[in-house]
Amino acid sequence: MSITELNWQAQTVEDLAGRTIEGRSQWQLTWRRLRRDKVSMASLAVIIAMILLAIFAPAFASLVHHPANTAYPIAGESAAGQPVAPGTNGFWLGTDDTGRDLMVRVFYGARISLFVGIVTTAIATVAGVAIGLIAGYFGGIVDTILARFTDAVLAFPYVVLALALAVVFGPSLTIIIAVISFFSWAGIARIVRGQTLSLKEKEYIEAARSIGAGPFRIMFVDILPNLLAPVLVLATLYIPSAVVFESTLSFLGLGIQPPTASWGNMLAAAQNFYQTAWWFVLFPALALLITTLAFNLLGDGIRDAMDPTTERLLAARRKARRGGAQ
Amino acid sequence: MSFLWFLIRRVLTGIVVLWVVATGTFFLFFARPVQTVAHQLAGRTATPEVIQSVINQLGLNQPIMTQYWRFLDRLLHGNLGYSFFTQQSVNTMIKQDLPPTASLVIGGVILWLIAGLGVGIISATRARSLFDRASTVAVLIGLSMPVFVVGSLLLLAVYVPLNQHGFTWVQAGYAGPSQGLGVWTGHMLLPWISLAVVQAAVYTRLMRGQLLTTLGEDYIRTARAKGLSERRVIFRHGVRAALTPVVSQLGIDVGQLLGGVVVIEVVFGLQGLGQVAVNAITQDDLPVIIGFVLVAAAFVVVANIVVDMVYAILDPRVRIA
Repeated sequence: MSITELNWQAQTVEDLAGRTIEGRSQWQLTWRRLRRDKVSMASLAVIIAMILLAIFAPAFASLVHHPANTAYPIAGESAAGQPVAPGTNGFWLGTDDTGRDLMVRVFYGARISLFVGIVTTAIATVAGVAIGLIAGYFGGIVDTILARFTDAVLAFPYVVLALALAVVFGPSLTIIIAVISFFSWAGIARIVRGQTLSLKEKEYIEAARSIGAGPFRIMFVDILPNLLAPVLVLATLYIPSAVVFESTLSFLGLGIQPPTASWGNMLAAAQNFYQTAWWFVLFPALALLITTLAFNLLGDGIRDAMDPTTERLLAARRKARRGGAQ
Repeated sequence: MSFLWFLIRRVLTGIVVLWVVATGTFFLFFARPVQTVAHQLAGRTATPEVIQSVINQLGLNQPIMTQYWRFLDRLLHGNLGYSFFTQQSVNTMIKQDLPPTASLVIGGVILWLIAGLGVGIISATRARSLFDRASTVAVLIGLSMPVFVVGSLLLLAVYVPLNQHGFTWVQAGYAGPSQGLGVWTGHMLLPWISLAVVQAAVYTRLMRGQLLTTLGEDYIRTARAKGLSERRVIFRHGVRAALTPVVSQLGIDVGQLLGGVVVIEVVFGLQGLGQVAVNAITQDDLPVIIGFVLVAAAFVVVANIVVDMVYAILDPRVRIA
């Protein structure tokens, strides 16, 4: 530990002198730090808003009297059969190629994206944690096989496998969730394995073993709680990539099939309308971008809040160096 | 000598991986009821006679293991079969559709590495500067953008306005370098940028993180204390050490890159391998899809061997392990 760090910590303790000292858990500390981070809080607000929009999409559709899959050939299309611009005939964000309400469909797209994102991340996290724990704890041949398998999955061109599976089984929501989960657990497994390798050498594991705890008790009761923090960060960062994955498959026609609205298949339909209907391209793209950006920013925020040493120490060190130079 | 052994070992593993992929592909597509397979092979509109002739021609009634040996035998002779849609040989199709894909990959990768590593190095050496903050934000946006969104937005915000104002150099679709280097660049510019934006983001972040850690090491201070120029310290001592994890990430990303290539070809209508594969799916053209899967797997295996070799050159310890 450098002098700067010691000074910094000493300063923090001095600042605390006036207050009563109370015990706080790791989670409380993280939440306190996170709450002070404006970007993370804004992202959280955006995510909650998105989830609410997704939940209340049907209610919203009945409010504006435009069901998601109903085409309005007269009100929703121009004389030439083109989509109408935002604000025309009560279509706030305009219409799509068949004269359906674009805004209602964007909200419905949020349902698919968030559902796929959260479900696949949950599956991938459970699988990744289990495999990573087993590989890291048992080591030896189990570890070698699992590590090789993990590497192979990480290096596999997922779009190619998705193409193949879509042909054999036909595209469906289940296949999408299966494919995305299959390609997401490996990264989590790798990190969990690394953490397990170092944790299993700790004294308290030795203690647990000496009082007769079995391997599964040690893995899931003693090691797992210590892994929750990094896994939570990873999971937050996996949701946006699952959302991107789903939209990519749908864009290629291998995912959610029309008329069900998904941001990916909306953008695919918008392909021929760059010149004539910018809103048809822009709004699904923005919805996708805002959602993934919010999850990424929140994930980064949680990581910084859990590990305050990284960025903040860097800043302190630089400040000290600058101070020394003057 | 040790390097040669390393190479031989890697090539042998590569061959095993290819065999696993080929076997997996075969059983995925053929270990199903004969009628289903024949129907898919013959295309959607096939008559019962055509289906029967396909069954006879490919020996789909034979035991699965016999079919498997014949499949491997054809592969070893470099024969990928014939498209049931266009009657063309899949080998010819792949040869025809390779140039747009190759143009995209080569140009895109160069742009992506220059942008990603360059920005990462500048960010790390000027940590917390305005440039660093701006690039961190840009990286996050890049990480959040699916490739086809980047492509779509580029078409909407660059291609359409430029062409509406009579500036027709930037184009969609594909034109080979034989039609003039300027035309080729004009057609490939937006696809290259799309490929680079998403991929570069990962590398900027990785390079910045690695270099920041490396520059905090004691031997960097020693190098500075010896009186070496800052440039020499950063590039010779810092970047070289920070580069190894970046190269290993490269091996993981080859598969990702391929996915990006497929999407970009569809967005910009480049008519390369990826787009042909996607079209083959909508037409249920099974031989073409199998051919594409195998070629893609071969590409990933070869690219990984190259990456591993670069890695071994950068870090001599790998060769022993």
